[in-house]
Amino acid sequence: MSETTTSKFSSGGRFPYKLKIEPRLNNPANWFSTLLSFLAVVLALLVGAGIIALAGGEPWRAYAHIARSSFGSVGVFSDTMVKAIPLMLTGLACTLAFRMRLWNIGAEGQFFVGAWGASLVVLAPILPAETPKWLFVLVMAVVGMTVGAIYGFVPGFLKAKFNVNEIISTLMLNYIAVEWNNYFIYARWSEGGFQMSKVFPKNAWLPRLADYAKAVPEFRGLTMHFGLVFAVVAAIVLWLILYKSQWGYEIRLLGDNPTAAEYAGIPIGRNIMLVMALSGALAGLAGMSEITGVVHRLQGAISPGYGFTAIIIAWLAKLNPFGVLLVSILFGALILAGREIQPSGVPTMIQGVIMVFLIASDFFMRYRIYFARRTEE
Amino acid sequence: MSLMIILQAGVATGTALLFATLGEILTERSGILNLGVEGMMLLGAMTAYSMSYRTGNAWIGILCGMLAAGAISQIHAFITITLQADQVVSGLSLNFLATGISLVLGEGLNSLSGVPLIPSFNIPLLYQIPFIGPVFFGGHSALVYIGYLMIPLAWYFINRTRAGLHLRAVGEYPAAVDAQGISVYKMRYFYVFIGGLLAGLGGAAISLAISPGWFAEKTTSGQGWIAVGLVIFAQWNPIRAAFGGYIFGALRRLVLDVQGPTMILGMINPFYYNPYYGFFLKMLPYAFTVIVLIIGSREANRKRVGSPAALGLPYIRGQRGL
Repeated sequence: MSETTTSKFSSGGRFPYKLKIEPRLNNPANWFSTLLSFLAVVLALLVGAGIIALAGGEPWRAYAHIARSSFGSVGVFSDTMVKAIPLMLTGLACTLAFRMRLWNIGAEGQFFVGAWGASLVVLAPILPAETPKWLFVLVMAVVGMTVGAIYGFVPGFLKAKFNVNEIISTLMLNYIAVEWNNYFIYARWSEGGFQMSKVFPKNAWLPRLADYAKAVPEFRGLTMHFGLVFAVVAAIVLWLILYKSQWGYEIRLLGDNPTAAEYAGIPIGRNIMLVMALSGALAGLAGMSEITGVVHRLQGAISPGYGFTAIIIAWLAKLNPFGVLLVSILFGALILAGREIQPSGVPTMIQGVIMVFLIASDFFMRYRIYFARRTEE
Repeated sequence: MSLMIILQAGVATGTALLFATLGEILTERSGILNLGVEGMMLLGAMTAYSMSYRTGNAWIGILCGMLAAGAISQIHAFITITLQADQVVSGLSLNFLATGISLVLGEGLNSLSGVPLIPSFNIPLLYQIPFIGPVFFGGHSALVYIGYLMIPLAWYFINRTRAGLHLRAVGEYPAAVDAQGISVYKMRYFYVFIGGLLAGLGGAAISLAISPGWFAEKTTSGQGWIAVGLVIFAQWNPIRAAFGGYIFGALRRLVLDVQGPTMILGMINPFYYNPYYGFFLKMLPYAFTVIVLIIGSREANRKRVGSPAALGLPYIRGQRGL
């Protein structure tokens, strides 16, 4: 479609220039898309400030507080990274699924069952408490990912075989996963009547920076854990899969043009199931790393909505695996600092406003807007 | 635990789902998928509860809840209709936004007391009918009765009126509607707004009538998503939506009631003796939604009924395709 369409917004008055909107013929440069996203976030923060003020809060103090208590020192930055690790992994999970335009909204549930699977290794128990650390971590990661993969596979299978809408099925599975975990926390693995399992043996903890404080004194008290390595490796692997492999090409083609993909003989159903399973495995790994790296036990409140924030992260990162790593740090800061901010819904709301501005800004990626001199009339 | 009480409570619980589902049916019939129902319901619930307290009149509260949800739905309308963005992503963002705003503005509402609620009453005469009377016409909130009226009205509107014909056409083949000189954009904005109003009504019905109070996200606890699922099961038909809504209401209620008695159907009630099994009961409505989706999709395949053809696609005048 190449003809110019006149905007409905044009002034129509005597002004010698008018606003013109026309579809772009080629994709704008990368810097433009980054700039747009940045502007969307800035605008979102301004609007968020307005709503906080409306609710009787002090927006600038809230924002300053977020910045200070998440990037203010090495110690708090390490805490920010701890919050960012599960976001990175769930963000990558969403990135993979969204690239194929499969709306996996179930990262939250896959995160919970992944945590459950990792706990199973310690609490069932699959391995005795004296198992060496490397084996513990390996088995927990494998079991967590497998359980997550199964949990992602189910909606994928339903989508491929029965054409069941994956948005709703993954969402429903989120609620089911939380109740499933609750059953084990309350009934099976409850310790002393509390709604949490016993603490895992030290061998089942992911290594933290603080563990090496003897060798490197600067690491004392730093909580950042080995999950970051998982996240970085996962991002590299995902990038290789998506952009350097034939399977990745199939995924991207299915996302961009399913009809063409079908004519090219790419199996849709099998790819839906595979992508959902791998996406679930990544979210499951996030649950495993959170359980073994941070809380060291299975309990109820292990996620402040990581799986939902992941949706926004994947979108803000433009489905780029390395972008996901960076954006996750920003949202990790928001979640870390947001815990102390009143009213308590502020982080959720800011995420919502960011997402709204982000999706709205997509318009400028598809259309060119400029002022043109009036010629007719 | 008597069957009658469960069914009666199910009808009440199902009313919130009914409103939200009807709203989403109207929106989707116009070709716009709005996944923000859960958030809009929450916003409606929060606004209605707080405005009912402020004004001392529950009906004004309901109206404010509806208008708040209707207003926020217009963000989705603007992004998807005018800016032609992806409807799935926009709906999800609306959901985050509305949920976040509800949590921020609803802070502290849970401690309110003496909030005026919607009155409940028996319908005279109809109440006397054995079994059906008490289940459908006994002691319900006025909103439940409004719900009954809306089912045939919505069906009649969609299938038997000129405006309903336009609505169906704009969801199936907007170019034809455009050629008739009717604005596709205006119609879509309007029906997204109606969908918002009804989602808000559903939320308001929860906080001011069905299970009164403000419990943050737990107020709606996923009912908006169930409503989106029900639309598919209902095949965009209000009568089937009512059927689904009330069954789900009864199921949600059953989950709460089944743990009470020691004996069930002459057998020992395992849910009474092991209360932890309750967690599995709580999964039921969500698991059932998935099952209903499978049934709905298979049936749609067999009967060759599908979603409105233009659902999810932006309308751009002069462009080929739908």
